Amino acid sequence: MVKCIDLHKSYGQTIALQGVSFEVNAGEIFGIIGPDGAGKTTLFRILTTLILANQGSATVNGFDVVKDYREIRKCVGYMPGRFSLYQDLTVEENLEFFATVFNTTVEENYELIKDIYQQIEPFKKRRAGKLSGGMKQKLALSCALIHKPTVLFLDEPTTGVDPVSRKEFWGMLKKLKAQGITILVSTPYMDEASLCDRIALIQKGKFLSIDTPLNIVNQYKNQLWAVRSMNMSKLLNDLRSNKSFENCFAFGDSHHVSIENKKLEIKTLEEYLLKCGHTDIEITEIQPTIEDCFMEISKDTTL
Amino acid sequence: MLKYLLRKEFRQIKRNAFLPRLIFAFPLMVLLVFPWAASYEIKNLNISIVDNDQSSFSKALTQKIISSNYFRLTDYSVSYSAALKSIEAQKSDIILQIPANFEKNIINAQGAKVMLSANAVNGMKGGIAMTYLVSIINEFNASLIKDLMPLSKSTTNISTIQIDQQYRFNQNLNYRVFMVPALMVMILSLLCGFLPAVSIVFEKELGTIEQMNVSPVPKVLFILAKLIPFWVIGLIVINIGFVVAWAVYGLVPAGHFYTIYFFTIIYILTVSGLGLIISNFAQSLQQAMFIIFFFMLVFIMLSGLYTPIDSMPEWAKWVAAFNPLKYFMEVMRAVYLKGSDILQLWKQLLALIAFSIFFNIIAVISYRKSS
Repeated sequence: MVKCIDLHKSYGQTIALQGVSFEVNAGEIFGIIGPDGAGKTTLFRILTTLILANQGSATVNGFDVVKDYREIRKCVGYMPGRFSLYQDLTVEENLEFFATVFNTTVEENYELIKDIYQQIEPFKKRRAGKLSGGMKQKLALSCALIHKPTVLFLDEPTTGVDPVSRKEFWGMLKKLKAQGITILVSTPYMDEASLCDRIALIQKGKFLSIDTPLNIVNQYKNQLWAVRSMNMSKLLNDLRSNKSFENCFAFGDSHHVSIENKKLEIKTLEEYLLKCGHTDIEITEIQPTIEDCFMEISKDTTL
Repeated sequence: MLKYLLRKEFRQIKRNAFLPRLIFAFPLMVLLVFPWAASYEIKNLNISIVDNDQSSFSKALTQKIISSNYFRLTDYSVSYSAALKSIEAQKSDIILQIPANFEKNIINAQGAKVMLSANAVNGMKGGIAMTYLVSIINEFNASLIKDLMPLSKSTTNISTIQIDQQYRFNQNLNYRVFMVPALMVMILSLLCGFLPAVSIVFEKELGTIEQMNVSPVPKVLFILAKLIPFWVIGLIVINIGFVVAWAVYGLVPAGHFYTIYFFTIIYILTVSGLGLIISNFAQSLQQAMFIIFFFMLVFIMLSGLYTPIDSMPEWAKWVAAFNPLKYFMEVMRAVYLKGSDILQLWKQLLALIAFSIFFNIIAVISYRKSS
């Protein structure tokens, strides 16, 4: 459905993408996971024909992003990270306007957006600029879907949205997927990765790994411990100064330490930390999450 | 498609709390206020008179000056230095000193002298005060000659050249007649050239332009939909201008309205092309406003709106030659005051057509580059 071969893009001295290749199959939710500034938006802008890549080629729906950009514009839906509908038009007018822009009508594809649009319909006379964040997002999704696109590009759709709405939003994506729409979604939230069919981890304009969330987690080769003590910031420094660990980073209320398999016993670490003067030490073995995998893989590439 | 885009644009203009009011208030404000404020006609000059003669002639001269309506007598000073004080205090603009024996010398045919000193801090005002006063004294002089020597005119050659002044096209030397048509040009430039640019940059800033770019809407239609509403507004505004000029200033074009409409349409194309170039380069409203401000300032200063281009230095004339405002102002003044037709204005027509082609081509090229 979407295919990129060796995409490069730079803005002057700043390199945004350096050799990105991947393929998205029809009808899957493909997540692009990475921190801010990793190149997610640039990639989306190339695929939606807004900017040109410096090098490499890409096709969407079999159409080349350079040659057949007109065809692509007819069949993709794009929801930019920033709310960019007409704030001075009402909800209804925005939807109608985007329908006519794509040579269709609201009635024709109402089925597709019904579930989403019904939630904001009570406010249809309200100006888009006056909607709450969650409602804006639903309106933006409705507008991106109104012409029944075959591929949907969602650039950080859940950034700045509350956890309940985020969950709801992913529910909507699942429903859209069931209607056969291919969805590319980018997000900086690692916890959303497991909701995708396949994910690509991106950092500094490079794809680190592309696989299903499960496989990525399974490929995690090290042992992972969650470590806590009374003095968390000293703990992080002490852990980092010990060279026997592969990687160590703060993760919520504990520090995650990865150790090459079977190299170290929990007891040894505990003894080391006691020697450093820590109290209330708590070490548990845990299952890796996508974020752990991301930290692990990104460490490899930066070294 | 264009229909829907236009409907959206008009809706947005209507929704905008500020724009519809601006569109009507701005031309009214400019046409009702500027011609009165921006006038070089100087009235109410303050004069100090030092009358050392106190004769009937000196009184008659004073009376004549005051009744001319140009001068307001601030004080009769006892001495020249006292009068100078009143200039220093900015109470008066010019001093007329009449010497003792003024009347006596005239009657004795010895000739009399008066001294005029004007405050030239504001050079223009001082110069004008001086000119007015000199012409009043000359008139007084002429009437004296006529009264005192009724025969001299036939016997001597005091006045062989009689000047018969006639002001063509603007008989009363009314400055407003000169200003109003040119101000309409300024209004059109702002409304049709710069508002669409602001509107496009605004969409850039909000990100809505990207939403349009990923849609199948051709860029040309999008831009046309931006321009057409302002073209319509421009034509409405020029009609407002006609009405105001007629109702307030009694000004009706000596030429044909269709000449003005014809040039207006070409001119709107020209300035909206310029606006498009600006919108291609500006990334934010702030930038756009500043570029517009810069262009507007240069264009207006070098358009001949206030000061004639002919009296500018050579280099400034060259800069003005590349100013579309200048040409359209010439057209408006020529049609309004002289009744020129399209054929007589062929130079301006060619210039404006060249500008509109040039600006619009640059707009297209710079658009391609910036995308």
